[in-house]
Amino acid sequence: MNALAARRRHPAAIALLLLLGLVLTGVAYSTFAPKQADASPAAASQVEEGKKLFLANCSTCHGLQAQGTNVGPSLAGVGAASVDFQVGTGRMPLAKPDVQAPKAKVRFRQPEISALAAYVASLAPGPPIPDAQYTKGDGDVAKGGELFRVNCAMCHNFAGSGGALTRGKYAPSLRNVQGKHIYEAMVTGPQSMPVFNDANISPQSKNDIISYLHAIDKEENVGGMNLGNLGPVSEGLFAWVFGLGLMVAFAVWLGRKAA
Amino acid sequence: MSTTHTASGADRLRADDQAPKSSPSGGLKAVGGVAGWLDDRTGAAKPVGYLMKKVFPDHWSFMLGEVAMYSMIICLLSGTFLTFWFVPSAGQVVYDGSYLPLRGVTMSEAYRSTVDISFDIRGGLLIRQIHHWAALMFIVALSVHMLRVFFTGAFRKPREINWVIGTVLSMLSLIEGFAGYSLPDDLLSGTGLRAAEGFMRSVPVLGSYLSYFVFNGPFPGESIIPRLYSVHVLLLPAILVGLFTVHIGLVFIQKHTQYPGPGRTNDNVVGFPVMPVYAAKAGGFFFIVFGVVALISALVTINPIWAYGPYDPSPVTAGSQPDWYMGFADGALRLLPGWLEFTAFGFTFSFNVMIGAILLIPVMYGLMAAYPFLERWVTGDTREHHLLDRPRNNPTRTGLGVAALTMYGVLMFAAGNDIMAIKLHLSINDITHVLRAAFFVAPPIAFWVTKRICLSLQRKDRDLVLHGRETGRIVRTADGRFFEQHEPLDEFTRWTLVQHEAHEPLQLQSGTDEHGVASPTARKDKVRARLSRFYFDDRVEPASPADLAAAHHDGHGHESIESAPGPVESRPALETSRREPPQRP
Amino acid sequence: MSEHDAPRGEVRHTTSAGYGTTAVRLDQGHVQGSGRLPERFENPGLAPHVPRMADLDERAAKRAEKQVATLFGLSSLATIVFIVAYFAIDSKHTAFIPGIGEANLYNVVLGVLLAIALLGVGVGAVHWAKTLMPDTESVEMRHPQRASDADRERVVTNLTEGGTAAQLGRRPLIKFSLLGALALPPLALLLPLLGGLGPLPKDQLSRTMWKKGDRLVRDPERTPIRADQVTIGSVFHVLPESIKDSQHVLEDKAKAAVLLMRLDPEDIKPAKERDWGHDGIVAYSKICTHVGCPVGLYEQQTHHLLCPCHQSTFDVTQDCKVIFGPAKRPLPQLKITVDSEGYLVADAPFREAVGPSFWERGHA
Repeated sequence: MNALAARRRHPAAIALLLLLGLVLTGVAYSTFAPKQADASPAAASQVEEGKKLFLANCSTCHGLQAQGTNVGPSLAGVGAASVDFQVGTGRMPLAKPDVQAPKAKVRFRQPEISALAAYVASLAPGPPIPDAQYTKGDGDVAKGGELFRVNCAMCHNFAGSGGALTRGKYAPSLRNVQGKHIYEAMVTGPQSMPVFNDANISPQSKNDIISYLHAIDKEENVGGMNLGNLGPVSEGLFAWVFGLGLMVAFAVWLGRKAA
Repeated sequence: MSTTHTASGADRLRADDQAPKSSPSGGLKAVGGVAGWLDDRTGAAKPVGYLMKKVFPDHWSFMLGEVAMYSMIICLLSGTFLTFWFVPSAGQVVYDGSYLPLRGVTMSEAYRSTVDISFDIRGGLLIRQIHHWAALMFIVALSVHMLRVFFTGAFRKPREINWVIGTVLSMLSLIEGFAGYSLPDDLLSGTGLRAAEGFMRSVPVLGSYLSYFVFNGPFPGESIIPRLYSVHVLLLPAILVGLFTVHIGLVFIQKHTQYPGPGRTNDNVVGFPVMPVYAAKAGGFFFIVFGVVALISALVTINPIWAYGPYDPSPVTAGSQPDWYMGFADGALRLLPGWLEFTAFGFTFSFNVMIGAILLIPVMYGLMAAYPFLERWVTGDTREHHLLDRPRNNPTRTGLGVAALTMYGVLMFAAGNDIMAIKLHLSINDITHVLRAAFFVAPPIAFWVTKRICLSLQRKDRDLVLHGRETGRIVRTADGRFFEQHEPLDEFTRWTLVQHEAHEPLQLQSGTDEHGVASPTARKDKVRARLSRFYFDDRVEPASPADLAAAHHDGHGHESIESAPGPVESRPALETSRREPPQRP
Repeated sequence: MSEHDAPRGEVRHTTSAGYGTTAVRLDQGHVQGSGRLPERFENPGLAPHVPRMADLDERAAKRAEKQVATLFGLSSLATIVFIVAYFAIDSKHTAFIPGIGEANLYNVVLGVLLAIALLGVGVGAVHWAKTLMPDTESVEMRHPQRASDADRERVVTNLTEGGTAAQLGRRPLIKFSLLGALALPPLALLLPLLGGLGPLPKDQLSRTMWKKGDRLVRDPERTPIRADQVTIGSVFHVLPESIKDSQHVLEDKAKAAVLLMRLDPEDIKPAKERDWGHDGIVAYSKICTHVGCPVGLYEQQTHHLLCPCHQSTFDVTQDCKVIFGPAKRPLPQLKITVDSEGYLVADAPFREAVGPSFWERGHA
């Protein structure tokens, strides 16, 4: 410990600390894995159960009949897909009002989510939970890439790392998101996101997009660390901090008189 | 000329060739053989011998320029490698290579060949990453080198020409970098070219013509990639290497500057000779720089063009940014308000684009190139300077530099406003508003704070000279008082702290001559005097022997000053002070 | 101009051994004589030389030698392994690398080996220089940069004499015609360059391929869009159907890309925007009026369009007026309607130039 304390002012200490921070962030990030879930068909008893859950957890903001209040929108016609996406990614129930509901820890088990979805779907027709055959991600990766670049990359970035919108809103990262949730987001247009209904991007094309996203999730880091896939900003920062740092460290060693 | 010399290294070579008087050792003979053969034909022994004995001062900050130089060489080497596979053509092809997510996608040959280099040429990706990382490091190192030169005043006479060459090199390297960034024709670089086309259009009168001439018709066209290729691999590298050769040649001719210190004067260079020390250090450093770049390229992806996809004018990616060195111009474009565009006489004036995209770079580099001449005019200092300033000893220059750097930094941060917004959970609009204000507010604050810090550091130096180093030893006097014992500085340490001169502002000559006629330059003189006051009104005199003696006599008995200078005759005037010291052999 | 004309010593190479007591003259500063003490401190000369461990202890020197040799050896070894790895590793092979994750092994291994090979040489050479090569400082004297007055004089004389000998002064005809003959020929090189660079823009910047009746098709599938497919909150990335016949797809796309959105007609404020649309469906040029990036970031709740390049923000409810950022002009609207089969078609070409501003855009 003493040796450590003595070296805490060493120039390398900052670099070490930075490195440690980066590693910790990476570990924290990688543990943030998505939960697997399965969809089940709606039934009358499910609607009943869903209503109970709704009244207990959602009605404060969305109203007792899901008619909406001044803090939460009406849920008539949002469809099961919307509920499955919002609750299934932990965005709802919302912890605190903010510019945008962030992805968070999922509060309900999948049967509960399905029940909630069935209840909301029973209120008015809306987009249903997508057919599993279109969310498997077994489509045409290259075509999905083209569709992704035209329709999605402008907000979510070329690698699905996310991007900024106006006034603190943002397009979230799409890395390691379930195919079902990607599909549901497209058909329901959550929050700032516009709607990409099945007439705009066909279910098959949506599957292609999901396939592309899954392919880049699985893609090994071709050239080494990807620096968050954020483009030239992180590369420039790396060059300044680590590139220049290493060069200067060597130069200082070179210029210093040997012991 | 060399006839009066006895056996110096260079002469011995010649003597050997003509009439070997003594039998030289085997090694020398071999060197004499090859080198002698060359020298018979070129007479290179004399200059080479001179260069081998050339002395370079040692300091880490002097290596920054070398990092830039070596990075440039790495770029030349790796770039040559890339030219063997890169196809500079915008012709459309369908990809069928080994990278699955692009199979069947229509793309340009330029993009396909870059993807091929990354996936199908063995080691190609490594070289591509080395090329790109070395390019980033080149401009990073060059910029920091430039800052070192600025803050230490190394640009002063006789090095103004080299400073100007350096600014030109720096500016050209931005363009060279941008051209290279644009070549792979991926979505990001194509978007960059798209914006560049918009920049050209903003030029008054000629804008649309400029755009059509550069792109050979409407954007994107098929000509821009081959044209940029020619600029990137031939035109600009030739100019860069040519100017760089002059740059380094001038360093040799003028000899390197050195930091002030004991034994170092304006008339000498203290350091190590090229042969053997600097040859080993500088030569070894090339491998170190290359090694560091290779290490980074092995471990960190740069410009994953396969992920960006081929260029197409319809899609775009969030976080579309240029490489860092163009960031300041991109940031300026993000901060400039839209009302700078207006229509007058039926014509459109797009100052919202032109200021950031067309004017900023030449104006910035113009100011940088002009600075040495401005400072020289303000200080009226026409002497040669080979001893560097410690940045604290020229607070106004240092402050101006930090202010300019702050301004640049604001612009560069602005270019990352979208990335900051998502990573720091801020509003992009708030960031932009704050940076717009900071562009005007932060530089003056930075100037003032830096100047104050410099003056404080000078006072601290002065204090250190007068009162010595705090030892941490507490001494109790007989009458019960406590003192911390101070240890005086040795004369070598002290010298670094007292060697500089404190400039005084120029005195304003009266505006009229002895006949009462108003001087034609009165106004100019006034400006000059005012600027001079701005530079030098606030100053701290370096400690003098008299100050030290006074401090010593000030009742600080506990400070044992070893050798307070004894009384000396009145100080000799400047001229006589330049006498050679008698001890010189 | 007061040149630095103090006498200077000739070039000498001295080492610093025993230099500590030798005062090196101080020749800078405006020094005035006053008082008993000198105005300034004297430069004490080089500090006494401190020997290194390797200078004093042969074992330390031996150790340094071994270290250097090890580094050089490591470098050679790394190169050999590099060559082996080049052939031995499958370039598609991936492996888990700590700190990076699953990565292409080939790039990492080759790069690291190359780095070791290079750093071995570099660090070894520098370590050698630092520990074993002489580290007593050398001193080299400087000359004033300027040549001597005699040399300067000689150059001036030579120049003048040369000029006189060539009779430049006496024969002004030659002088002036020479100036012309030197100044003009570069034009013969410049003109073909400039003339051949590209065509004149004419009115092309103000025209896109959109014409009346052109169907709106999806990008990139190029399928037509029926009005009833565009639900509220939807956004379609659109091209003109005639793009399929284009000879210059990218060039035409770069001007004709359009964004199609459907809003609640109640939300649309200007009557013109509603009239140019169809039942709340509106089409706007996707090319930013700032520098031309595609403005594709549509927020369906706020109806803001954001450009990812420089953050110009356009309000779709106000005819795409700029509400933030560096752009000045609103995005041009494409007037649309539906054809007999219910597909969306352009009702007219763009009324103004799309994309970034240029000098004569008002004249198109």
